[in-house]
Amino acid sequence: MTRMTVEQAIHQALREEMEHDPRVILMGEGVATKHRDLVEDFGAERVRNTPLAEAIMAGTAVGAAAGGLRPVVDLLFAPFLPYSMDALVNSAGKLRYISGGQFSFPMVAMAMTGAGWAVGAQHNHNLEAMFVHAPGLKVLMPSTPADFRGLLKAAIRDENPVLFFIDLGLLHQEGEVEARADELIPLGQAAVRREGTHVTMVSYAKTVGACLQAAEQLEARQISAEVIDLRSLKPLDEETVLASVRRTGRLIVVHEASGLCGVAAEIAALAATKAFDALRAPVVRLTGPDAPAASSWVLEQAGVPQAEAVVAAAVELVLGTSEHTRAVMAHY
Amino acid sequence: MNVSEHTEPVADHHGVPGPTHESATPEARLSSLETMMLIRAYEEQLVELQRGGAPGTCTSVGQEACAVGVIGALDERDRILTNHRSAGHLIARGADPGRMMAEVLGRTDGYCGGRSGSLHIASRELGVVLTSTIVGGELSMAPGMALAQKMGRGEPGGIVAVFFGDGAACEGIFHESLNLAVQWQLPLLFVCENNQWQAFVHRLETMPDRAIADWAHSHGLPTRSVDGNAVEEVYAAAARAVAEIRVTGSPQFLELVTYRQRGHFEPDDQSYVDPDELVAWRRRDPIQGYREHLLESGLIDPEGLAAMERRVRERIEAAAAFAQASAWPAPDRLTDHVYA
Ligand SMILES: Cc1ncc(C[n+]2csc(CCOP(=O)(O)OP(=O)(O)O)c2C)c(N)n1
Repeated sequence: MTRMTVEQAIHQALREEMEHDPRVILMGEGVATKHRDLVEDFGAERVRNTPLAEAIMAGTAVGAAAGGLRPVVDLLFAPFLPYSMDALVNSAGKLRYISGGQFSFPMVAMAMTGAGWAVGAQHNHNLEAMFVHAPGLKVLMPSTPADFRGLLKAAIRDENPVLFFIDLGLLHQEGEVEARADELIPLGQAAVRREGTHVTMVSYAKTVGACLQAAEQLEARQISAEVIDLRSLKPLDEETVLASVRRTGRLIVVHEASGLCGVAAEIAALAATKAFDALRAPVVRLTGPDAPAASSWVLEQAGVPQAEAVVAAAVELVLGTSEHTRAVMAHY
Repeated sequence: MNVSEHTEPVADHHGVPGPTHESATPEARLSSLETMMLIRAYEEQLVELQRGGAPGTCTSVGQEACAVGVIGALDERDRILTNHRSAGHLIARGADPGRMMAEVLGRTDGYCGGRSGSLHIASRELGVVLTSTIVGGELSMAPGMALAQKMGRGEPGGIVAVFFGDGAACEGIFHESLNLAVQWQLPLLFVCENNQWQAFVHRLETMPDRAIADWAHSHGLPTRSVDGNAVEEVYAAAARAVAEIRVTGSPQFLELVTYRQRGHFEPDDQSYVDPDELVAWRRRDPIQGYREHLLESGLIDPEGLAAMERRVRERIEAAAAFAQASAWPAPDRLTDHVYA
């Protein structure tokens, strides 16, 4: 085991996969400046700074994938993805299907997002659900260094286009990583971060931390919470979620992205359609508001579900409503 | 890299000489110097605040002459769209450094009540419609603003000025915006501050050297490329373009060749920058050069300059004090302003 940050884990995954497969190339605005060691070891042909032009960066990745390479394109921040949306959604996501399966698009598009930098809505926008909605794309959003590494490696080896979201607030978080080059984490498997019996918390990215904190605080009140980290939003590990909900009968879904048509809505629908008989209470969603991310630190933080709100929601679900709970929940 | 190849004015595709620098009054020239100094001091204060934990910013250190020269050629009727490096444009337009700093710190007295931060400041009262942090966002909106102007929705005789960088010229939207503005004959001044850098990538890694002016010219716009570190040259070129746009109602293009002296976004150690290039451009600092020029020409003496420096310092100290004393927004106002 090695201790490393999320940022280091991503770098290591890129390095190992470039080592592993000469078809892997890395491109993006400034990637050759940022990963100078990769340029030195793998050459300027495989690690390319691009012009500042997301539409052609993503389009080039799609074309390169169709042509036999395995591109990783760093699109920097999620709010820049809309410029590249045509290539990702209309080409990468559809061309395998509409060619009758003749072509594959093995590529990864990376982008950062999330609160933590206080620079506002044009750098911070959790757009992952938009891509979950687009057919043909896989979508990952990990929370631990080990998962960033293992999932990025698996994404690069996958035959499909994968959107790989990096929660900015986690970049410098450290964790233990099994640093064997063949250590991959398969797409579509959720991780149970903590076992519990009274309530299931489903989350991904930085709000997994809020759930874990909440679960710890709930212990003092004799409430046992299970915390599931989805990691992969598509494919979605329905079985792990359903098995937990069937045991606990209560479900709270937590994410930073806004709630309308978001991942939490999908998880709630999953529970309602496939575990309805097990539910003892309505499903609770704690999400970001239907508002652009503010720059001001206090507003930015107020837009992210915090442990306090998760605790309040769990107490309400398990023990019934209280004034305090209602006051806290009013923010979300 | 050979710096001079970027500093010598690229051919004026019009071939007509502009108004002379001497057309500016002594007061206007002194005021240009003071405004450039104010922009510099404001951004240096932001760097200090960032070191103390405030959010980072994109400074325009080295580009002050672009902001002061072009904004000086506009008037109250005009509307402005700009990019992430907008502090100079705002201050030259008369923005209050205290309210700008409050915005950077995320406080209620900021121009946008803490919703924007440094990267998206807009001010209706100043006619600054957008600071776009999506590179090219300003180019995308500019033709529509100018269309509204043309269709009688702005102040009579007003035009729209859009500021963007050399990096934005790499986005497809650059060409889309220019082409539409020409085809629809829109009263729009395109201002490209070519500061040689696109975040952490040198522009020569992404485009041919003279690409920007050539591209603009090929769209059929009157295009001028001038030394962006010489405030009077910038002013003269902008004043002429603005005057022509007011008469013809059709777009023009101004490339200002300049340099980003600090990093892309604070903090930034600039380890990726060629030190020789940086030193060469610092020697051509727009403020230092203009101070010397005004001293030599006798428009100001050392005491006058010291008094100017003092005024600037006092304004920035007051601005910082105002910003730091400003209240944080209340968390329960988080969703104000999302919908009309
Ligand atoms: C669409 C988009 N892509 C990437 C970025 C990240 N980014 C911010 S500024 C910048 C460089 C912009 O270069 P330029 O247009 O020359 O302006 P400058 O920063 O030099 O003033 C980049 C890549 C962004 N903000 N928006």
